[in-house]
Amino acid sequence: MVETEIKLTGRETPKIGVYVCWCGINIGGVVDVPKLCEYSMTLPNVVLASEYKFMCSDIGQNMIMEDIREGKINRVVVASCSPRMHEQTFRRACSDAGLNQFLFEQANIREHCTWVSMNDVPGATKIAQDHIRMAVAKVSVLQPLEVTTVDVEPSCLVVGAGIAGINAALDLGNSGYKVYLVEKNPTVGGHMAQLDKTFPTMDCSSCITTPKMSEVSRNQNIELMTYSEVVSLDGYVGNFQAKIKKKPHYIDQDLCTGCGQCAEVCPVECANEFDLGMKPRKAAYISFPQAVPGQYTIDMDHCIKCGICEEECPTKAIKYNDKPEYVDVKVGTIILATGWDPYDATRMEQYGFGRYPNVIMALQMERLLSSFGPTGGKVKRPSDLKEPESIVFIQCVGSREFTGKGRKYCSRVCCMYATKQARSYKEKHPHARIYIFYIDIRAFGKGYEEFYHDAGMNYGINFIRGRVSELYENENHDLIVRAEDTLLQRQIELKVDMVILSIGLEPQSDIDDIARIFNVTATKTEDGFLMEAHPKLRPVDTLTDGIFVAGTVQGPKDIPDTVAQAKAAASSAATLMAKGQVEIEPYFAKVLDFKCAGCKSCISLCAYKAITFNEYERVAEISEILCKGCGTCVAACPSKAIVQNHFGDAQILPMIKSAIPKELKARGSEN
Amino acid sequence: MSSQELFDPYILGIFCNWCSYAGADGAGTSRMQRPANFRIIRVMCGGRMDPQFVVNALLNGADGVIISHCHPGDCHYVEGNLKTIRKMPILQLYLKQFGINPKRAKYIFISASEGVQLTEIAKQYVEELRELGPNPIRGGN
Repeated sequence: MVETEIKLTGRETPKIGVYVCWCGINIGGVVDVPKLCEYSMTLPNVVLASEYKFMCSDIGQNMIMEDIREGKINRVVVASCSPRMHEQTFRRACSDAGLNQFLFEQANIREHCTWVSMNDVPGATKIAQDHIRMAVAKVSVLQPLEVTTVDVEPSCLVVGAGIAGINAALDLGNSGYKVYLVEKNPTVGGHMAQLDKTFPTMDCSSCITTPKMSEVSRNQNIELMTYSEVVSLDGYVGNFQAKIKKKPHYIDQDLCTGCGQCAEVCPVECANEFDLGMKPRKAAYISFPQAVPGQYTIDMDHCIKCGICEEECPTKAIKYNDKPEYVDVKVGTIILATGWDPYDATRMEQYGFGRYPNVIMALQMERLLSSFGPTGGKVKRPSDLKEPESIVFIQCVGSREFTGKGRKYCSRVCCMYATKQARSYKEKHPHARIYIFYIDIRAFGKGYEEFYHDAGMNYGINFIRGRVSELYENENHDLIVRAEDTLLQRQIELKVDMVILSIGLEPQSDIDDIARIFNVTATKTEDGFLMEAHPKLRPVDTLTDGIFVAGTVQGPKDIPDTVAQAKAAASSAATLMAKGQVEIEPYFAKVLDFKCAGCKSCISLCAYKAITFNEYERVAEISEILCKGCGTCVAACPSKAIVQNHFGDAQILPMIKSAIPKELKARGSEN
Repeated sequence: MSSQELFDPYILGIFCNWCSYAGADGAGTSRMQRPANFRIIRVMCGGRMDPQFVVNALLNGADGVIISHCHPGDCHYVEGNLKTIRKMPILQLYLKQFGINPKRAKYIFISASEGVQLTEIAKQYVEELRELGPNPIRGGN
């Protein structure tokens, strides 16, 4: 690619080429691009200024490359979008043409200029000029730098073993990479294992999940760590060190055969999380019969240490004094697939969840419909175990809610799962009356519209557009539902046996901890989910290199989308690991030892312990391997003895000085 | 320009790459309109904010300087932002002693998703600076 490398010491007279991008009409529609070029020519050291509709296109990049090859320029400024968008693109163009890629600077005249001041043409023009002037000032003082490469450990940490984590782990494991799959619950499968059927194909959820679950536990390359949590993470892309806490099971997992004798004899009953409290479980338990791994766990919050299980266990696996174990793993990449939590329906007080026994949430309905659920697949209402003859579904509980009690976003799955549950129930009870109160039916996926259409046409399910205004129960715990049918413009009052709240998907309650541990907090969106690096083009990357997201940790989505994203995350992680090396931006800090007074104030500031004190020379020293280039020490050094590549005072101060137009300059400043 | 016209403050922003610059990009992508008074310089981390950047900008005639980085606890470089949180109040004290209204150096937290907040703060800051009037050490006429 690189034909002739242009050797530069960085001391040659800068010959700057400025390229102004129209970005279609995004920039060119607001500011006068040819005028900006004219303006750029008035700036110091600028030898040429060109414009093009799309600088990032092949043609645009070739313009830059030709000018470099012909020796017209030795430094490049592109005034276009954010450097977070295309800095890499243009740097690559520079280095392909033989110019050191760090002799490039991008002026952001789109995100920070024309897009935020669309109607203020003079204002936007001024900002564009200022940004170009700053970029020219910076590029004149940039130094050629060499990128450093580090090896990527061929292993991946997958956090969360729901359907997303399982798929990502299997793809990577089958590609030959070592995978550590960490799950906080004693068993894998996540929410999908709780579901009865999946829309729109009405596949039995267990039938498609459990084979994957057992496959993940058997795969040679996958080390499954259930009942474990990542407690801390150090390192960087290619070389992460994670500390994983294995919570005590109080039953020796190697000795346990899963016979269930301990649960049989355990005298303590408590609510079963897997069945959402609708069926008790023992303190010694397994989440559900087909759980993977199939070993039992003792829930110490409820265990009374009576010792009966210890006597009864045929393999003597009970270990009351079990302690947490900490494991350190070294991985090159990380996939976060920690999933979602159901919206807490008690927050919508008007629907009486928690007060009226026969108002249940949809995930509970899944368990009631499931053949291994609390009622063995027969849906019974909680108050009197009667099979309901009439059911109302209330959509958008906690979703599309702008009152502050819920979430503003659409949870994307509720329309379809309510339709699915209604159809499942109708199949067994053709005479049951079912009403679904909705705002809009969002049947956007493959086969979804047909599924919904069929439900209304052939299953006789009543879809009513309108939100429930009032809901109360009578002495028999029947529920009276009032609403307006907004299509017929008619008030409705229904007496039904059961109400199902179609609750939305929320970020996991511990998402903040997860984000903090993995240093992706910066990328949390307003809705609380983790944000992808780019909504269109980098949908599974986070802003932290080497860490990817999969599934509902990134936002509500259905199973097909979750699996697709998991596979995308696995492929992105594999791409990094297959390449084996990753480039690190060399923005290191350096100590100028002739200036260093040896005050040591920088040493305690460094979060990476990259600065050490040379006792013999009495100066501080910075390790390039450990330095991440944040520049904290640079800003703090009282002797200005620490300099930084690319973002040093030498680069930033000229930017600040040139940022302000001449007419605004202060009296005392030097230029 | 007569001084009776609506004063257009010149504001320089110094934003960290990971949270605030990304947040400002997000504001742009979502086309959140703000007054055309902001120029933003990108540095890698909040910890890189040197008080002399602010002083330099004010000496060069900026009417206000806005320093923005990740929320406490969110720093991409562990805790660089905390170092700046400690520096800024001291800087503001100094500015006051030199007769410069400390409001001219503002420090805020903007995460990568807080384009809305940035836009609100930006509008508000322009108003604040309009009330304060031009930077007294600004040269020119």
